[in-house]
Parts: sequence; C-alpha cells; structure tokens
Amino acid sequence: MNNVLNYIWLVPLLPLVGFLINGLGRNFLSKTLVSIIGCGVLLISFAVSVYIFMSVKSGNHEVVKLFDFISAGTLSIPFEFQVDALSSLFLLIITGVGFLIHLYSTAYMHEESNAHFARYFAYLNLFIFSMLLLVLGGNYVIMFIGWEGVGLCSYLLIGYWFKNTDYNNAARKAFIMNRIGDLGFLLAVFWMIQQFGSTSFGEVFSKANGISVAVLTGITLLLFVGATGKSAQIPLYTWLPDAMAGPTPVSALIHAATMVTAGIYMIARSNVLYTLAPVSQSVVAIVGLATAILAATIAIKQNDIKKVLAYSTVSQLGYMFLGLGVGAYTGAVFHVMTHAFFKALLFLGAGSVIHAMHHEQDIRNMGGLKKKLPVTHLTFLLGCIAIAGIPPFSGFFSKDEILAAAYEASPVYWIIGVAGAMMTAFYMFRLYASTFLGTFRGTEKQEHHLHESPAAMTIPLIVLAVLAVMGGLVGIPKVFAENAHSLEHFLSPIFAQSEELVKKEHALDHTKEIGLMAASVILALIAIVYAVNRFSKKPELQEAEGLGKVLANKWYVDELYDAIIGKPLKAISTFFNNVIEKSGIDGFVNGIGVGVQYASRQLRLLQSGQVGSYILLMVLGTIILMIVQLFVS
Amino acid sequence: MEGLMPINYYIFLALALFCIGVVGVLTRRNAIIIFMCIELMLNAVNLLLVAFSKMHHLNVLQTNPATNVGTDAQLFVFFIMVVSAAEVSVGLAIIVMMYRNTHSIDINFLNRLKH
Amino acid sequence: MLALLLILIPLITGVVAFFIKNEKSVKTWALVASLATLVVSIWSLIHQDNYHSVYSKEWLPDLGSSFSLGLDGMGRMLTLLTAIAFPVIFVATNKSTYKDSNQFYGLMLLSLTGLMGVFLATDLLLFYFFWELALVPAYFLCSKWGGERRIPVTFKFFVYTFLGSLIMLIGILYLYFINPDKSFSLSSIYKIQLTDRAQDILFWMFFPAFAIKMPIFPFHTWQPDTYEQSPTATTMVLSGIMVKMGLFAVIRWLLPVFPKTAHQYDNIIIGFSVVGMIYASCIAMVQDDLKRLVAYSSIAHIGLMCATLFAGNSTGTQGVMIQMFNHGINIIGLWVVVELIERQFGTRKMSELGGIAQKAPVLAMLLVIVALANVALPLTNAFVGEFLMFSGLYHFNVWYAVIAGISIILAAIYTLNMIQKVFYGNTNRVTENGVDINWNEKLILSVVVILIFSMGIYPKPMIELTQASVDSLVGVFK
Repeated sequence: MNNVLNYIWLVPLLPLVGFLINGLGRNFLSKTLVSIIGCGVLLISFAVSVYIFMSVKSGNHEVVKLFDFISAGTLSIPFEFQVDALSSLFLLIITGVGFLIHLYSTAYMHEESNAHFARYFAYLNLFIFSMLLLVLGGNYVIMFIGWEGVGLCSYLLIGYWFKNTDYNNAARKAFIMNRIGDLGFLLAVFWMIQQFGSTSFGEVFSKANGISVAVLTGITLLLFVGATGKSAQIPLYTWLPDAMAGPTPVSALIHAATMVTAGIYMIARSNVLYTLAPVSQSVVAIVGLATAILAATIAIKQNDIKKVLAYSTVSQLGYMFLGLGVGAYTGAVFHVMTHAFFKALLFLGAGSVIHAMHHEQDIRNMGGLKKKLPVTHLTFLLGCIAIAGIPPFSGFFSKDEILAAAYEASPVYWIIGVAGAMMTAFYMFRLYASTFLGTFRGTEKQEHHLHESPAAMTIPLIVLAVLAVMGGLVGIPKVFAENAHSLEHFLSPIFAQSEELVKKEHALDHTKEIGLMAASVILALIAIVYAVNRFSKKPELQEAEGLGKVLANKWYVDELYDAIIGKPLKAISTFFNNVIEKSGIDGFVNGIGVGVQYASRQLRLLQSGQVGSYILLMVLGTIILMIVQLFVS
Repeated sequence: MEGLMPINYYIFLALALFCIGVVGVLTRRNAIIIFMCIELMLNAVNLLLVAFSKMHHLNVLQTNPATNVGTDAQLFVFFIMVVSAAEVSVGLAIIVMMYRNTHSIDINFLNRLKH
Repeated sequence: MLALLLILIPLITGVVAFFIKNEKSVKTWALVASLATLVVSIWSLIHQDNYHSVYSKEWLPDLGSSFSLGLDGMGRMLTLLTAIAFPVIFVATNKSTYKDSNQFYGLMLLSLTGLMGVFLATDLLLFYFFWELALVPAYFLCSKWGGERRIPVTFKFFVYTFLGSLIMLIGILYLYFINPDKSFSLSSIYKIQLTDRAQDILFWMFFPAFAIKMPIFPFHTWQPDTYEQSPTATTMVLSGIMVKMGLFAVIRWLLPVFPKTAHQYDNIIIGFSVVGMIYASCIAMVQDDLKRLVAYSSIAHIGLMCATLFAGNSTGTQGVMIQMFNHGINIIGLWVVVELIERQFGTRKMSELGGIAQKAPVLAMLLVIVALANVALPLTNAFVGEFLMFSGLYHFNVWYAVIAGISIILAAIYTLNMIQKVFYGNTNRVTENGVDINWNEKLILSVVVILIFSMGIYPKPMIELTQASVDSLVGVFK
C-alpha cells in the first residue's frame, strides 16, 4: 500500500466532498467559506494529481480496484480506476485548469446571492468529480458513469439561471443531444459485453485482435456516436453554441477545456479498437474535418463574443477528431491540452470583457477596450495568436502535428484542414479587432463603468496565458530537434499497441514538413493581417446578406432538425395521445363495455312487464323443450 | 279391471282441462279469470296424478296384495291442493289490493314489472 | 413464522383500524402498524433460516390446498419494498384529510395484507385469494376517495383487472384438475409435466391477468385514468407495488410452469412491450397532468421489465429483479413530489405551475434527484437495473435493445420538460406564494434519495439477495 497510486481515489473524492459540503450547507455557508471549500478541495486534488503524475512519469501504472459495482451472472463490472500516462495527464488538465476557473469564478459570480453562489460551486465541484471519474474509470461502464455525470452537470450549469426560459431550453437541448450520443455509447458497451465478456480496458484491448473487423467497426462507430454527442461533432453539435447560456467560467471549464474533450479522450483510450477498424477511423477523420470547416464558417459571421468562441471550440474539436482519425493519437491529445489552455484563456478573457461591459456580449457594441482592460487585452491577444497557430505559441505545435499526420493520410485532408486553420485565424482576429481595437461603440453608461477585473480573475488569465504560450514546448516536432517531443515519449505506452499494428512505412521528409508548416503559417498570417485591417476601423454593423446571412443563421441547421425531428415527434406523440390512445385502444376497451350495455338494453325489451307475454314465452319454451326432448333423445 | 274406465279417458280429460287452462291464461286479461284458469291447470294435473296412482297401485296389487306402492302420488295431490289454496288466498288478496289501488284488474295495465 | 407475521400484523391492525373513529389516532395507528411490518420485514432479512421463512397449515385439505407461505430472495426483496413503501406513503400523505378516515386506513392496511400475501403465498389458490384481496380494497379506496371521474374510472379498473383474474381462476382450476397430485402447492405445480397444448392454453389464461396488472401495451388504458383519479396514497400503492404483482407473478407462476410456451411467444410479447415503451414515452411527452405523465412513464419502464423477463437470460433477469425494487422506490418518490405540489398549489397541471424552485429549493433539488433516477442516470439505482436489463435484451436481440433504447432519449425529454415547466422559469399567480416543504416531508424524501443512491452506488447486497431466484428461474427457462 505504499504505492502512491493507491491513493488515487482521493482525487475524485475531494471534489465530491466539496460538492456535498457546499450543496448541503448552501443556506449556512458564507461566500468566502464556499469559495475556500470549492477551490481548496480542487487545489488539494491538483496537488495529489501532480504527485501521481510524477509517479506515473517514473514508470508506474496500475489498475486500482475499489469494489465490485455490478456483478450478475457471468458479468462482472468492478469499480476500478486506471492510472496511467493518459489519465494522469488528463488529471492534471482537469484539476489544474479547473482550479484556475474555480478561482476566477469566485470573483465572476460574486453578485449572486449566498445560496446560489454555493449552488454554483457545488455544481462545479460535482462536475470535476464526474470528469475525474470519466478519465479515471478502468472500464467503459465507470467511464460511462462519468460520461453521463458531466452531461448532468453541464445541464445543471447551463440552466444555472433557471428563471430564464431560453437558458432552460438550452440546458435541456444539451442534455438530450448528449443522451442521443449516450445511447450509442451504451449500445457499444453492450456489444462489447457480448463480444469480450468484460468492459475493462485491459481485457478488451488484449482480446481485440481476435475479433472480426466488422464487429470492431460497429463497436467503434457506436462509440463515436457517443463522442459526437459529448464532443459536439456533426450531427449532434448544435447544443454547444446554445450552451453558452451558462455562466462564462462554466463555458470555459465545461464547454471548452474539459467535458467536450471527453470524446477525444475516449477514442484515444480506445485507440487499439480504432486502429483495428480503419473504416471507423476514416469516418472519424471525415466527420471531424467536416465539423471543423462547418463550424469555422459559422464562426465568421457570429456577433456574440461567446458564440464565436463556441463555434471555434466545435471547430477545434473537429481538428482533434481529424487527428484521431488519421492515427495521430498523440497529436490529438496534445491539441486537447493546448486547446484547454488557450480556449479556457479566451473564454475567461471574454468573461472578463462581459463582466466589465455589464453582461453585454455583442461585439458590435464593443471596441477600443484595449486601454481600459490592459491585462485582459494582452492575455486575449496571446490566446488568439496561440489558436491561430503562429509559432512558437502552443497552438502551432499541436495543430501542426495533426495537419502533418493528415497530409500523410491524404493531402486533401491537409488542404481542407489548412483552409479551416486560415478561417480560424480570420474569425479570431475579427473578434479581437472588433472587441479591443477601434473606438468604443457601447452606451455611455457602459463606458463609464469599464474597469479591469479583480485579481482573482486576472491571475488565472495570466497563468493560462503563460501556459498557452509555453505549452507547446512539450511537443516539439522531430524536424526541429530529435527527441524533444516529451509528450509523445510520455504517452508512448498508451499507444504502443496501435503503433505496432500500423508500422509507419515512411515518415514525411523534413523539407516537405517544413514547407507545409510554412505554408499554413503564412496563410494564417495573411488572414490575421486582413482581419485586423478590415475590422479594427470599420466593424460589421449591418445585417449580413446572401451567403453571410446563411452563415449568421448557422446554415439553418437548428431549423432543419426541428423540421425533420422535433416537429414530427411532437406530431406523432399528439397523434398517439389523441387518436390511437383515446379512440383506438381505449375506444376498443370502452367499446366492449358499450357493446355489452347496448346488448343488454336490447334484451331488456323482452321484459315488457306484460304477464301474458311472459307466460306465452314460458309455454313456447316448454313446447320447444318437449320437441327437443323428442328428437334428441 | 273391466269395470274400470280406461286410463286414456283420464288422460284426454286432463289434457283438455290443461289446454283450456293454458289458453285461458294466455288469452284472458282479467286477473281473476286467469287465476281460475291456473286452478284448472293445477286440477288437471291433480286428476292425472290420481288416475296414474290408482292404475299403478292396482297393477302392483295383483302380485302383492299387501302393498301400498303407488299411493304416494295421492299424497302429492293433497300437497298441491293445500299449496294452491294458500296461493289462491294470497293471490286473491293481492288482486283485491290491486283493485283498490288502480281500480282495475286488467293485467295488460299492470306492466310495472318491466321497470 | 415471520412470513405469517407479515400477513397477520396488517390484517389485524387493519380490522382494528375500522373501529378507531378519531382521525389523528387512526393515522398514528396505521403508521405504527406499517412500521411494525417494516421491522418484521427487516428481521426476515437477518434471519434467513427455514424456521423463520416458511409457514404452512392445512386450509382446505379436501381440495389439496394449504395455507402455506414462504420467503425466498425475491419475496424478501418485494416484501421489503412493500414494507418500506407503506410508512413512506402514510407519512407523505399525513397532511391530507379523508372523510371516514378509519375506513380509509383500514382499507389501506388490508391492501397491504393482500400484497404481502401475494408475495408470500406458495400455494396457487392462496395466491389467487390474496391477489383478489389486494384488488378489492384498492377498488373501494379509489371509488370512495378518488377524483371527479372516480366512479366510471374505478369501475373500468375493477372490471378490467377482475376479468383477467377470473380467466386466471379458470386456468388455476384447469391446472388443478390435470395435476396428478390434486394439489395447489407451488412445488407440486412446478413438477407437473404439461403437454404442449395444455401449456399453450394455460399460458394464455394466466398471462392476460398479469399483463393487465403490470400493465403492458395494449392492456394499459385503465392505468393512467386510475392513477389520475385515485387519491395519491392509493396511486402510490397501485404504481409502486401493485404493478410489481404482475411481474412477480410472471416470475413465480408463469415462466417456471409454462416455459415452453413462454419461449415460443417471446418475440410477440417482447415486441409488444418494446413498442409499448416507445408509445407510452411519446404519449408522456404531450401530457399536461403530472399524474398522467408519471403513469405513462411507468408503463414505459414496466414494458422494459416485461420484455427483459421474456428474453430469459440471467443478466437481464437480474436487472428485472433489482429494478422491481428500484422502480418502486423511484415512482413512490415521484408521487410524493406530485402529492406535495398538488396539496400546496391545488393543481397538477404543468401549464399552470412554474418557478417552484425559487420558492421551494429543497423540494426542487429532491425532485431533480428522483426524476434523474427515473431516467436512469448512473449512480442512481435505476441505472444498475436498466443497464443489466438492456444488456440482457441486447443479448437476446440487438434490435429490441436499440428500439427500447430510444425510450431512454424520450424519457430524458419528458422528464426534463416536466422539471423545467414545474420548477424552473418564473413564478406565476398560482406559485408565487409557495413555501418549502417541512421537516417530515424532507425526511421522507431523504429516505427515498438515500435508497436511490445506496442502491445505485453499491447494488451488490440486493443482487446477492435475489441471485438464487434468478438462477432458478433462468435454469427452468433453459
């Protein structure tokens, strides 16, 4: 028991304790106490995670079994945690970024009343607990517990301001979209149980080689359905932009840095299965790429600061799936990490702007905030450069790794990917320029009120900015230095089995790789320069027309879904309720009763009350009986 | 045996009486006449019972002079007479009450049974 | 002995209750009686030996029927559920006043007697006796203390279920006459070698009674009306426990006796159940009345249980076992919430409610937990059951699992709709003066919530309790 990994249960337990204290004591605890508990448990969790990370780095890894969860017949599902390179890396991201966002929230949510403040932190802690369960789970069922748990917390937090019906609708939409994906995940788990008799990662992956490709393709595609729900990919992505109804730190934590990357984590975890099912891999890559482009086009025309970031998230997640689809598992995980840094930074920066602007989110009413919000401005700019993929910021390294792998798989992937990257640079700097450059376009009252956010908000911004700038250095590609990709080295045990299955025949030659990099960087730079020039002086104020209108309305996908799913479902339900249930089945049942009553009413006419007719019938009956007696016997 | 009337005569008479009774019950509307017709039917049955009983008894007597087999039916006749007498007394009382209430003993008028 | 006590306590206290005219005392009396039953039921979990679990006495020796009771794992679980449910119901409806309350509580306790008897009887005739004994008080409870349309609705309920029961009675007699032992006892009935034809006929004489009671599509139409019109205390009994009678009877009397026919018609029954799940979920989505919504949701859940039972594998059957318990707990929790809302605001219409979360945050929180258990969120009790059931159904046939799975999504839709319309949004004229629930209501809902989580996080004891019943059933079915 001296092994530090055996204390892994502390990591998720602490946020759970925080959730219970804050949740149950919400009417008694002061805001300060709630903040201390909420952030404190996470800080300890983070410390334990660092400790565990170090231990894993020195070569430890283990499956820690806590107790039997479900065991029925031959099926046995233990409650177990898998501690290895992949999960410990995610532990760091979740608890680290999570802590920063908790800290930020203490200031951002300060206007809330005591009870609601405590409720907010309770939900946030519960979310961290679920997310940790998701990445620590040693089998698919435990992962699924976390998987649904984060969906629930996302639902609770999107609808945090529950008086607003639109927010509630957004929350409900998120939960239901996630549930659709979850059904896919569940079916995959059942299929696995049937095929492997177990859902534990170790057992499943070791047996995967002996299973037919068709079955593996089915399982992996179903798992991917789950991933499209949770990680907002086509066709289930529409909930994520709506999810921006939640408080901004929630968007940063759940809808940018952690929860939405669950799908990537899950596929990276199941890399063996995907490597063995090339069809699924292609599907993942194509869906990822399509989402990346689609979301990028929509982001270009959005005017809500958070919506732009939301579509940008969808688009970046698409890149990660592209990476997974072309076998660049390390690249995808790398991008998860860097994305967590710069996207959390951007969201928190946006939150800082919204906070300063008194809940104004429309960039058409901003502009010129550079001088009033110096820290926010600088950190936001760094984030924008990082996401645009300009070296040596973190986004460059991770995005480039994915694009290089995509080029190896097919140059078409690369071309589309770079086009998306160019759009990313464009809309991010459109956002930046409209918000921070030019002149202020809001009301005088807002202008008067503009102020830099308090330290609890700027410190996380600064820390994240540093990470967003430096984070890429853990994954320097081979082109620049041999053996400098320490992340790849760290994660290699996780992907070793996949690597073995696909022996890389030819790596991209170095000159070509540098050429590709240069091309993408130059294109991004052009987009940036154009965007800054175009939008710093003269922002888009008029309504978009033509294609722009289609983009501003998100390709009318929500309307399409409503028309092909929402409305028919409602119609069919009403039909069931009004016609089949009431007239059909119940009508039949009642019809029997009515029929009996009707027949009785008819028969009753025989009871005329005329004694004479009774006697006549009696006599007739007697005569009939006699005749029967004569003929029958 | 020769001096006795053949059993057929009794049967035909009883049948005739019974049929008169049935037809009377079916066709007449006056409650008292219906009552009388019912009595007629009962008595037709009584007549048959007595006739058959006597015939049966005489047949058995030829083999066993000390027997009283076959006389039980005559007991039934007394039962029936007693019951019919009781019935008549109750029935007539009802008819009288009906007449007092409705001033009619027409049975077609008395059709409240259907309710 | 404990088995006998489980019946005697409610029977005697129930009869006594009729003579307690004071409303307050009869409430206390009923609560004490139900708590005593609970104690005995827990006692029976501790003492699982023969002396405590079996009781037999001659009843109708000429007919070969005896008054014999027995507790096995499944029986223990269901008697425990029943014994937990009644105190919860009595406390939750404590504030409601009933005209002639002595009769009300007397009938409630008699219905408890009947339910206990059904779960305990190991003699087919005795089983039938208790089956009807449970039904009759329910009829009086609904028809005397129900809502506006109670008379036609309860009439339909009674005739519908009674029709099923009578056909079953004929089946029971038929079974008796072809039984060479001329006995009604469970063990001798299990031993009968039936011809295929006899199995076929008997199966279809027994099954409708159980299908109506559960109820599964398309025998369900009595249920939403009855749930809606009954006083909530009765609705809780009906939906929490009485529907389990149908499932229980299928497990105890139908599948082991007619395994071949059950196997032959499994696709039809599973098909109907699965279609019914989608159908009921769709209808639940457009309901405005909370009681009807819960009623249709219950039909969907029961459909899954019935389908999985006929799939006949051990994973699924195990799921059904524990889900019987879990569904009882969850749905009683939901009814408690509905009762609290209706009593406070005087309406069950979702369109008239709204914003209660602002006024009653504790109630809202507890409801959200119960509602999420109802949609089988992981770490709540229903997840374990549904996971096992879906796994079993998947094993039987992929497509049934897929279609049934759609109801998971639909369940999320109507449940979240309900939460949103009732609890979120702004307050209106009806809800603006709402207050939060008081301590004993909190206590009751907390019991429910604790059960939800403990069964959801550590279901092992419950699984072990019912393991033997599952094994024997699956053994017979193969």
